[in-house]
Amino acid sequence: MALAGPQETITAREAGLVSCDNCGTLAPLGSRRCARCRASLHSRRPNASQRVWAWLLAGIVCYIPANLYPMLLTSTFGKVSEGTIIGGAIELFEYGAWFVAVIVILASVVIPVAKFVVIAMLMLGIRHGSRLSAHRRMQLYEFTEFIGRWSMVDVFVVAILSALVQLGFIASINPGPAAVCFALSVVFTMLSAQSFDPRMIWDSLEEHPPRVRR
Amino acid sequence: MHTRHPISENLDRLIACRACDLLLDRVIPPPGKVARCPRCHHVLLSNKRNVIDNTLAAAISTAILMVAAVLFPFIALEEAGLQRDASVMDAIGAFASGWSAPLTIAVAAFIVVIPVTRAVALIYALLPLRFGKAPANGAANSFRLAMALKPWSMAEIFIVGVAVALVKVTDLAAVSLGPSFWAFSALILVVVFENSTLCEWTIWRLLDPKKR
Repeated sequence: MALAGPQETITAREAGLVSCDNCGTLAPLGSRRCARCRASLHSRRPNASQRVWAWLLAGIVCYIPANLYPMLLTSTFGKVSEGTIIGGAIELFEYGAWFVAVIVILASVVIPVAKFVVIAMLMLGIRHGSRLSAHRRMQLYEFTEFIGRWSMVDVFVVAILSALVQLGFIASINPGPAAVCFALSVVFTMLSAQSFDPRMIWDSLEEHPPRVRR
Repeated sequence: MHTRHPISENLDRLIACRACDLLLDRVIPPPGKVARCPRCHHVLLSNKRNVIDNTLAAAISTAILMVAAVLFPFIALEEAGLQRDASVMDAIGAFASGWSAPLTIAVAAFIVVIPVTRAVALIYALLPLRFGKAPANGAANSFRLAMALKPWSMAEIFIVGVAVALVKVTDLAAVSLGPSFWAFSALILVVVFENSTLCEWTIWRLLDPKKR
């Protein structure tokens, strides 16, 4: 058996066991349902890499119109102006609301793009080996899974503004088409991250042993 | 179904890391501490006191706060004699017209339906255990549902959205915060508390009738 780490290690799969993804109970490899919680058992999530890539692609595709179309349609005294994601953030900067502008940029640009990059990088690393240690990649994965849902903030802002600012002729705000695209992009990317099986990172070390730094 | 194989006796003393599949001896950490996988540092299990009590407390608080959050307006705006307040229902309904209609359902699910469903599922699964009774029928499925829905429960993200929206409209009109805003803010604390107290592994073991 190839050694994956400094100490000799054996995985549940190598020991002929499968651990329930749901409750953690161990069962002999090949069991179909967990005896404790009745969840279906898989040693590795089935078709993980296909699912990850499919959801990721869907997320990226939806992210494009999310940036091109307006997120908010604001009408003040009969004049309608359209605000895109980036436009809205720039407006906040000009208005002096630095902190909020940073939150908006983080939630709607930095986090989604970082998620696309990280997930793609993790997948490529599994197939071709990576310069990053498995440990570092694990941290990236956990961070991505944790942070992804926070991008939804922008969709909620649009919902709140549209509900609140309905003052007839003086001012009204309505959601633009980008809101839907953006929400879909966030959901698809979350599904992509959830389909990812971190065990793939550690399994791939057998095929691509960690490169020794000199 | 409840036959005891010799191998399953032994398996009970082992645990596999969920993140890297490393097979390990199961060591229960000292009270209040967590056990981590030596290879990938993922949390294996924690030994928190009163897991059932604390998780139930979080679920019941969520249910109560959600009622307040939904019933009262969370934000009000006044300009040139026109007054408007928005409740969670208004925010959900904001996407109701036109082709963004499906987003209404999604927003309703993220900020109200899923958090409430999770709270109810947790109460259903854990309340009998709290009183020393056997788990209810379907308690396992109910707890599994609550865990699966966790990433999709976004009440705490909604409240950050309210804060951002607040800044965006302050130059437009006078804005004030309603009771629902504070209910949602309290929800954030409850979510943090739940995350820090809930050990899935422990609860699964308590839900297992054979192990009690």
